[in-house]
Amino acid sequence: MTTSPSEPGAPRARNTRDDTYDLAVVGAGSAGLAGAVTAAGLGLSVALLDASAHTGGQFYRHPAPALGAVRPEALHHDWSAFSDLRRRLAESSVTHLSGHHVWSTVPEADGTWTVHAVTGADGAAERPARVRARALLLATGAYERQLPFPGWTLPGVVGAGGAQAMLKSGLVLPGRRIVVAGSGPLLLAVASSLAAAGARVPAVVEAAGYLRYARSPRALVTNPRKAAEALVHGAALLRHRVRVLPGRAVTEVHGTDRVEAVTVSRLDGDWRPLPGTGRRIACDALAVGHGLVPQIELATAVGCATRPLPDGTLGLALDDLQETSVAGLWAAGETGGVGGAELARTEGEVAGIAIAARLRGRQGATGRTAGLRRRRDRMRAFADVMATAHAPGPGWTAWLDDDTDVCRCEEVPAGRVREAVADLGARDARTVKLLTRAGMGWCQGRMCGTAVACLAARDGVAEPPSERRPFAVPVSLAALAALEGTADTPHPEAP
Amino acid sequence: MPTRKPSDVIVVGAGVVGAACAYYAALAGLSVTVVDRGPVAGGTTGAGEGNLLVSDKEPGPELELALLATTLWRELADLLPPQVEYEAKGGLVVASGESGMRALREFAARQEKAGVTAQEVPGDRLHDLEPHLAPGLAGGFLYPQDAQVMPAHAAARLLRAGGDRIRLHLGEEVTALLTGPGGEIRGVRTTAGDLHAPHVVNAAGTWGGTLAELAGVHLPVLPRRGFVLVTEPLPRVVRHKVYAADYVADVASGSAALQTSAVVEGTPAGPVLIGASRERVGFDRTLSTEVLRRLAAGATALFPVLGTVRAIRTYLGFRPYLPDHLPAIGPDPRAPGLLHACGHEGAGIGLAPVTGLVVAACLTGAEPPLDIHPFRPDRFPAPESTPAP
Repeated sequence: MTTSPSEPGAPRARNTRDDTYDLAVVGAGSAGLAGAVTAAGLGLSVALLDASAHTGGQFYRHPAPALGAVRPEALHHDWSAFSDLRRRLAESSVTHLSGHHVWSTVPEADGTWTVHAVTGADGAAERPARVRARALLLATGAYERQLPFPGWTLPGVVGAGGAQAMLKSGLVLPGRRIVVAGSGPLLLAVASSLAAAGARVPAVVEAAGYLRYARSPRALVTNPRKAAEALVHGAALLRHRVRVLPGRAVTEVHGTDRVEAVTVSRLDGDWRPLPGTGRRIACDALAVGHGLVPQIELATAVGCATRPLPDGTLGLALDDLQETSVAGLWAAGETGGVGGAELARTEGEVAGIAIAARLRGRQGATGRTAGLRRRRDRMRAFADVMATAHAPGPGWTAWLDDDTDVCRCEEVPAGRVREAVADLGARDARTVKLLTRAGMGWCQGRMCGTAVACLAARDGVAEPPSERRPFAVPVSLAALAALEGTADTPHPEAP
Repeated sequence: MPTRKPSDVIVVGAGVVGAACAYYAALAGLSVTVVDRGPVAGGTTGAGEGNLLVSDKEPGPELELALLATTLWRELADLLPPQVEYEAKGGLVVASGESGMRALREFAARQEKAGVTAQEVPGDRLHDLEPHLAPGLAGGFLYPQDAQVMPAHAAARLLRAGGDRIRLHLGEEVTALLTGPGGEIRGVRTTAGDLHAPHVVNAAGTWGGTLAELAGVHLPVLPRRGFVLVTEPLPRVVRHKVYAADYVADVASGSAALQTSAVVEGTPAGPVLIGASRERVGFDRTLSTEVLRRLAAGATALFPVLGTVRAIRTYLGFRPYLPDHLPAIGPDPRAPGLLHACGHEGAGIGLAPVTGLVVAACLTGAEPPLDIHPFRPDRFPAPESTPAP
């Protein structure tokens, strides 16, 4: 096996009351790793739970050792930051619980937290696991936002983040000639990785205009690393002769059994396709994504306050030391708004210090984290600029035909969603779901949530979907039934 | 653009009860304005399983409502589009032991006198009805009159069926009731302006007590929280609505403490719905793992095959509960022009049409289809007002 000695054969979750950890961290990406090793370094007992077998999260996803990748870092920038965190984890006292799919976190009456997970959820031997802790740090990252378009369900259409993940973990390309489309800074990174791995990328189709960045020069100047990152990608794209087409979108995919070509159309300022501007580009795959959505259901299930982000998604509302509105529950990384690995790491560190200060009953986290917080705020400001620049325009729904499936799980076309709003009295994602089943399927609206919310909005501006999704992962009824229970309440009127 | 012209009646609440009131009033020739602060079916209707049950009701006024409602739902099923998913699937109540079976037998005998059809099913015949039931159950009773609808569509399609006589004002919250010099109701004030009508129907469900307060009358509607656990879609493994015998006692109980009993049913779309929990915790939306554990344990005890099936979501709702478990239906003598149609607890979907029919009769001066005295809205004494400190 690989990496740190704490990964394979990690100790089982402690199950008794006395074995309460100081801190449970959910998610072993950049934010979670940084939070866990920082807190452990300050003397806290820490459990780090993650669904994956490896640390690193989505950003530092890397091949299973069996694939024998010689240089997994070739696909990453900033790999040294990750290997540093991984080394610190190996040297720390942190209990790394890999393969733990956390589905719920519950505040107990005594002020501690219970983290409920299932292990073995990918195989047959699914078992419930519980971890108790005095504080909780959520670092659950984000998932990719998809906006549907005619043909998006054809084989060969993959998520841009998904294509990147396939490449990073399996060294597999989704096609040989791949159009990259959607919106957001991830597209450039994806295109340069795909090109570096040998694919031909005929175009990067970006719906936003890059001019919007120019409206916030200050955030650009104060984040030179981000500018440098863009230059690196830009240079790589030049080298591979990849054209970047801003202000355009893939409005249709062609092909019978799989992708054969895409139509790219110019957009107006609201992202409405301009008639007559469609151009066909031949390709055998399309990698598409519209940025990332913070994965916050564990937090909203316990009532954490959220804040609307400039790109139309919802993030957790956090105080200056990364604590949510629920006492004892901290969050770091993309859960507070998408901003990348470096920001996530910084926030994890701030949270780790703040939690240690709280549990040890000491003041001083504010002072110790001053520099970190300044850096965080600077990167957050840049993240907000990016989010604003890539926010979907309200006109994008114009590229949906009435028969384009919006919800793939339940096969609900756009026309049915529009009917529910126009004729049946739906006014939000929840009532659209009730009346059409859009979002009721296996993915629970992670795929179609944005689209449904936009179609449900009467004035074109969607409220971010605020509905709670109590199960972060599906859980078998046997695992639920095996949870440790409290005594049955007697039924006074029962015979 | 919805007009703000006066109408014959304003219905506050676009849940299934408000929709049924609007539908039957429109059918009686009245013009109706339905106003809701949210969307159609945005409250408890959207959180319900859609039960139309006679099996869980003791002989008495609520059972009379339910029996009439089953007839009305059969008529509506022919009239409304198929999306309403009316299904006369029948309810199956099972007992694990002989004493439970005796209690069921005695209960069913009393129900039969009141007009309910109940058929005893011996333990060794249960699997003819439900092949996946756990082995070793003592027996049960089959209630063929029990049925199910898809609640959100029931509300939406009832409103549509009312045609041009029904106008919808969604996203408008009622902030005051308008009254004339004699205290008589003249309409409502909403966040978008005034709406005028000589009658206002309080179909605000769990929030009906708040609306009553705006009219200056006391109606103690309280929320009684319930969770439903939803599985991944399955081929039909559960054919009826199947529940354990203790469900009836839980429904009739007034206790604030958490009560759960296993209620399991399949849906036309595939997922199995698992209930039922009852607890009085105000409008607390926090997930309760203890409730989920009990629901899962109850369901897998009845249907062991569900053990490997995954729950993909859970949702909760707040049943509008009145202290004597009966709804408030009919005119309020304390506020002329105000009628109530709320407080149906967990039976609102099932009882919606009969409630609508009664309200329409009251509005047009016709004879209600049954004695509505037990449902009079002024039956709860106002709490002693305590002087301000």
